[in-house]
Amino acid sequence: MRHGDVGGAGRLASNKMRKYGFIFSFLVIPVVLYAIFVISPYAQAFYISLTNWRGISANPQFVGLENFTRLLSDDVFWAAVRHHALLLIAMPLITIAIALFFSFLLNLGGGSKGGRMSGVAGSKFYRVVYFFPQVLAVAVVGVLFQAIYRPDATGVLNGLLGIFHIGEVGWLINTNLALWSIMGVVIWQSVGFYVVLFSAGMSAIPSDVFEAAALDGAGRFRLFFSITLPLIWDTIQVGWVYLGIAAFDCFALVQVLSVDRGGPDNATTVLPLEIWRTAFTFSKFGYASAMGVALFFLTITFAALSLRVTRRERIEL
Amino acid sequence: MVTQTDAYRVAGAPRAAARRRQKKNNIGVFGALSHVALIVWTILVVGPILWTFLASFKTNPEIVGDAPLALPNSFSWASWGRAWEKAHIGRYMLNTVLVVGVSTFFTMLFGSMAAYVLARFRFPGNRLIYYLFVSGLSFPVFLALVPLFFVVRNLGLIDTHTGVILVYIAYSLPFTVFFLTAFFKTLPQSVAEAAMMDGSSHTRTFFQIMVPMARPGLISITIFNILGQWNQYLLPIVLLSGSVEDKWLITQGIANINTNAGYEADWPGLFAALSMAILPMLIVYIVFQRQIQSGLTAGAVK
Repeated sequence: MRHGDVGGAGRLASNKMRKYGFIFSFLVIPVVLYAIFVISPYAQAFYISLTNWRGISANPQFVGLENFTRLLSDDVFWAAVRHHALLLIAMPLITIAIALFFSFLLNLGGGSKGGRMSGVAGSKFYRVVYFFPQVLAVAVVGVLFQAIYRPDATGVLNGLLGIFHIGEVGWLINTNLALWSIMGVVIWQSVGFYVVLFSAGMSAIPSDVFEAAALDGAGRFRLFFSITLPLIWDTIQVGWVYLGIAAFDCFALVQVLSVDRGGPDNATTVLPLEIWRTAFTFSKFGYASAMGVALFFLTITFAALSLRVTRRERIEL
Repeated sequence: MVTQTDAYRVAGAPRAAARRRQKKNNIGVFGALSHVALIVWTILVVGPILWTFLASFKTNPEIVGDAPLALPNSFSWASWGRAWEKAHIGRYMLNTVLVVGVSTFFTMLFGSMAAYVLARFRFPGNRLIYYLFVSGLSFPVFLALVPLFFVVRNLGLIDTHTGVILVYIAYSLPFTVFFLTAFFKTLPQSVAEAAMMDGSSHTRTFFQIMVPMARPGLISITIFNILGQWNQYLLPIVLLSGSVEDKWLITQGIANINTNAGYEADWPGLFAALSMAILPMLIVYIVFQRQIQSGLTAGAVK
């Protein structure tokens, strides 16, 4: 009896050993890779932002908040922040409006057939095609739109305007227009994704809700504003946060597409571009990291705020 | 009572019919307008891509001439050859296939191993490791950019494909682990338990039973990783500098042709290069569009 107990405990212990050995062997490589290349750089960034490191000195000097006070009087930094603010307001609004309109047409625009709401004819085709730009590399899209936005008559857009005898527009060289032109490309690329996202939200609405509304004589506009919109509010909120975070990036597009990388005259520069340039062109690693920390706090503040402000009572179905 | 209703019905019929006709008319106008809007956006989306393919067959004067929208006079593949050979697009393409192939494979291997353990086993530190991975989803990569460059350099991996592959794997793990953990949780427990009863080891149970069961989830996450890594631009330009042009990846190669295009302007060559970068992703998307669209929304819509 006693012997048996000991044997059982031994087996249990070896089972446990086997389990922990297995857990360790499966976790060790991913966790080590992640710690070296992701966690440690993020942690170091906060420290480097408090130094005047320029990559040459072996021991970077600790300068406290000097980088941050310098940031506050840096015109280029504020220009970049202003551009993020504009992108943050305009880009999600326009993208979500266009995507909501199309996803409404594609899911509910066809009226009810046999008690089920359906989209307009060909909605499957549109949903596939609208997503095309999303799978293209941003760098490739940037090069492509350079040809489209070229300032003389050889640009595709100006060529089209020429047909209607409208003068040439300096899409990327006009300082008032350049950022909007770049935003147009972002919107062109992202609408498809949000059409898919909102479509999924709309298809999750039970069809009897629409039937009841239709019986009560609700037209399309009522169906959209009084029923669809409140019921997919959660999904719109998710889309808003995604787009807001995207508004803090825009690196590849601005770097490839804009005149002089962020120009003309800093009219299109964004923080990620300044971080990249400050670090890898000017070797001011401490200052670049301070910008990174600023960007991090801007992003986090936006995410926290937008989740609070747009929160509503969830409508239970 | 019955007659009264019938009489009312008879009297009301023409009016109701008229109202119905008007409503139908409204739908007609609305339907027509909505089709116009849908077609306009289709043209906006397909137009630039189609124009790129067409321009790759044109000649320089045809592209830069007064009618940039006209069809090419003749179709020649010469520019594709030039882009592949002279602009090194072939080299960049092979580099990218190698880097993305290897790193996607190991991202999926390590990611699914970690996700499986985190989803199915209880042990101290499980939640901590899980949240460490997931928090990586919300941090801007630009914050890590400077230290990352030096970490890779101190390991002697700057300007090497090994360095890029390791960094790609590490930065793809948060997304991969997050989705696969949720996926492994939905799989039934009983099959794995039965296998363990039969004396199968944990490792064998994972590779021979759990991985085949998780195939649908693994396929969509693999496609996302391929698309995401293929389209990556920031990491290659930071990790593969100008001194190792023969190791460059496709996105940085294309952006660079563009920068140099001002001098020797081979526009058809540039558009052929763009077409070559666009085509593989478009094909991957069209083949897997169902998995991509359903996978994308799985996380976002409750």
